[in-house]
Amino acid sequence: MGAPAKRVEQLDRVVIRFAGDSGDGMQLTGDRFTSETAQLGNDISTLPNFPAEIRAPAGTLPGVSSFQVHFADYDILTPGDAPNVLVAMNPAALKANLGDLPPGADIIVNTDEFTKRNLAKVGYAVSPLEDGSLEGYALHPVALTSMTIGALAELGVAKKDAERAKNMFALGLLSWMYSRPFESTIRFLERKFAKRPDLVAANKAAFRAGWNFGETTEDFSVRYEVKPAKMLPGTYRNITGNAALALGLVAAGVRAKLPVFLGAYPITPASDILHELSKHKRFGITTMQAEDEIAAVGAALGASYGGALGVTTTSGPGVALKGETISLAIALELPLVIVDVQRAGPSTGMPTKTEQADLNMALYGRHGEAPLAVIAPKSPSDCFHAAIEAARIALKYRTPVILLSDNYVANGSEPWLLPEVNDLPDISVAYTTEPNGEDGRFLPYLRDPETMARPWAIPGTPGLEHRIGGLEKADKTGDISYDPANHEFMVRTRAERIESIPVPDVAVEDPDENARVLVLGWGSTYGPIGAACRALRQRGLPIAQAHLRHLAPLPANLGEVLKAYDRVIIPEMNLGQLAHVIRARYLIDAVPFNQVSGLPFTAATLENMLEDVVKNG
Amino acid sequence: MASPTIPLTPVKLTAKDFKSDQEVRWCPGCGDYAILAAVQQFMPELGIARENTVFVSGIGCSSRFPYYMNTYGMHSIHGRAPAIATGLSASRPDLSVWVVTGDGDALSIGGNHLIHALRRNVNLKILLFNNRIYGLTKGQYSPTSELGKITKSTPAGSADSPFNPLSLALGAEATFVARTIDSDRKHLQSVLRAAAQHEGSAFVEIYQNCNIFNDGAFEVLKDPNTRDDHLIRLEQGEPITFGAEQQYSVVHPAGAFGLSVRPSAELSGETPVVHDATVDDPAYAFALSRLSGSDLGTTPIGVFRNVQRPSYDELIRKQLEDAKAQVTGTPEQMLGELLNAGDTWTIL
Repeated sequence: MGAPAKRVEQLDRVVIRFAGDSGDGMQLTGDRFTSETAQLGNDISTLPNFPAEIRAPAGTLPGVSSFQVHFADYDILTPGDAPNVLVAMNPAALKANLGDLPPGADIIVNTDEFTKRNLAKVGYAVSPLEDGSLEGYALHPVALTSMTIGALAELGVAKKDAERAKNMFALGLLSWMYSRPFESTIRFLERKFAKRPDLVAANKAAFRAGWNFGETTEDFSVRYEVKPAKMLPGTYRNITGNAALALGLVAAGVRAKLPVFLGAYPITPASDILHELSKHKRFGITTMQAEDEIAAVGAALGASYGGALGVTTTSGPGVALKGETISLAIALELPLVIVDVQRAGPSTGMPTKTEQADLNMALYGRHGEAPLAVIAPKSPSDCFHAAIEAARIALKYRTPVILLSDNYVANGSEPWLLPEVNDLPDISVAYTTEPNGEDGRFLPYLRDPETMARPWAIPGTPGLEHRIGGLEKADKTGDISYDPANHEFMVRTRAERIESIPVPDVAVEDPDENARVLVLGWGSTYGPIGAACRALRQRGLPIAQAHLRHLAPLPANLGEVLKAYDRVIIPEMNLGQLAHVIRARYLIDAVPFNQVSGLPFTAATLENMLEDVVKNG
Repeated sequence: MASPTIPLTPVKLTAKDFKSDQEVRWCPGCGDYAILAAVQQFMPELGIARENTVFVSGIGCSSRFPYYMNTYGMHSIHGRAPAIATGLSASRPDLSVWVVTGDGDALSIGGNHLIHALRRNVNLKILLFNNRIYGLTKGQYSPTSELGKITKSTPAGSADSPFNPLSLALGAEATFVARTIDSDRKHLQSVLRAAAQHEGSAFVEIYQNCNIFNDGAFEVLKDPNTRDDHLIRLEQGEPITFGAEQQYSVVHPAGAFGLSVRPSAELSGETPVVHDATVDDPAYAFALSRLSGSDLGTTPIGVFRNVQRPSYDELIRKQLEDAKAQVTGTPEQMLGELLNAGDTWTIL
């Protein structure tokens, strides 16, 4: 094309944040860039950040939606603390994100949107592009909208459609800057707009125009490359936590050889699991959008009673509503998986922001002594395996299991090394079909001596007709019982049967083998804690990391592990809920470190805090 | 039988087969005894094996019912039986699922689940024992108690207008709606028979006497001296008339929205409405349901509405069957394909 040859620089890692109005298509842009990056073999971690309002007033700060992608030539654990590059589609996007940028970061702005009116909307008296306030950054003013419209002029698409393709222009430019392969985006556009060839052409042209602009303009003198990361051999795909969780439930049904029945009521940020599972009926999966959260769990429990793998998916407010039915499931001793994709509370709180503050509710949030199993995934792809593990425990031990995901892992994404189906655990269990008592009697509460599970005798099984219910049951017979000694025995038995579920020991990562400080986490904080620990170790500061997947029951070796360190630090996105459990149960002086901003920990925050503990005790 | 997906048993069953070994513990004289006996006597007629029959209940006196039926059963939680039964019925087409509930359970705490089960037309047979009082919690007014009802919780009289359960069910466009009375076993069983033969939701209100907290609530409909003047027995294809001498008629006055009761002798140019429960428009059955106010002055019993509409179960099942067309191999093979779908890349 006769463009001047551009210098190519090698980088080991880059963090890019695409930010714009919620109608600007930033999630899609980020998603496509991520996919291109995955094709190249970089390790990736992404984090979307969007408002709860579907379309907040255009151009305002509450309407800003962003997508951050971190990619590197080594394995990374988080979406990155601070962006090296900010793409700001309007003044609001600039203003909302500027504070997160380190000095010298690249800022690409869509100058077409920096009108007097738009500037005023976010309180800029003077354009920040002109007042010198961005001097510490590498500012790239680009007339994204008008250049997109110009590039599409000959295609004859409506001006509105042309304008909307500006995100593809931005994507083309960034794809050029970071030498991304673009074939998958072209294929994607052809798929997405299959019914509108004019839009395929428009978006492709916008993408190409952005790419060519990078190549020709002198404003972008450097092109970057990030080499593929050394990753384990195998086939990968990029996956969000919610998608992985849904696939995990499909896999659980296949490996349990049971139909899955999902009862769900729409709620952010869990609805995507319902959407995904509703597409997979060919696996015998039934999805029911119930009239409310209570009906959703009720229908799932009814299906479990009938022999299905009953599942309900929700967020914190939904779990609160489901509490009574979960207690019934505990009394009935039937399998049930309850997925809580946590969000910032209490009440409606901040539905699109993350938090880990439902741990207390999961562990204790029911009437009576109502123990159940609780597990939490540590990363987006881990949601797949956590879902299978939740189903395994639910089925084998006939108990409700709460799976505590959160918005951070649910909407974040990372490359996932695809498992072989045959390597997934066989979690099938057998229904009871024969009487288990004397004289052909059936005793619905006679337990398996190994698992303490009661028989799963489903309706339709001749000779095993029986009645169950929420009233206290006599041991073995399941008849209604108000006997004091029996109630004491049953309460203790329900506690014991959860406490005695075997779960794997917690592993400690302490490569220096001389750490005196242990940082203990659970759930989605794994990434930032791990990144902080690595950074400290690279600087010669030893630190040990342990991470809990099973929160009830806790691993048998946990007390021993904790007592081996001088200090135990527990970072959580709540006010110390796990720390409280640990202190009460193991009588150790575990120190909580808490953040409840609706945002995940940055690795830097944890690194600073842990550095202080390692150095000063 | 009604649902072709429910297998029948060749074994001849009797009422005794449906009695469980549990001691029945309602108050002596409770109307629930009569309903239990009527149901146990009726069930063998269906030819459905005990193991394919499930009774699901909520909370309240009536909700103890499943313990006394020698079938599968679940005594669940307050108001939620229709939701639990929906999950069971939708996933198990081979089961005959019955819901037993009361006026508090179904219409107060569980009102939402009831109306949604009815609008979905889940294949459930819902028996609502209406005694117009809270019995298990010892005598508070219920959502069917008459306005001004004096109870423990309303010493100055209740300020709540009651629900008409049938109007409510018809508002949700229930496909089968009927009413019967605990003490009239023959009528009760005839209604159960029609309900059991209905594919989809069948909603049956059973007037039931609570002799402890609301004794005689339906006496006007039971006392041989009064009942003929107040009870309207609906018969499919028959003119709706009542009274010892059939001296009253139900008519549709010209220009009126609803139905009215007129002395038969005073009809001029009007004819009694001929009952047809299969009328598709729920407005007719709704108008019938409005004949009885909370004073029970003129109360129809029988089948108000009986129309066909695909059940939720059937529609769900069809979607699952249609999806089978997409089956490309074993579940494991399909799972492998699903995991590998989308943009993947391979590292050697």
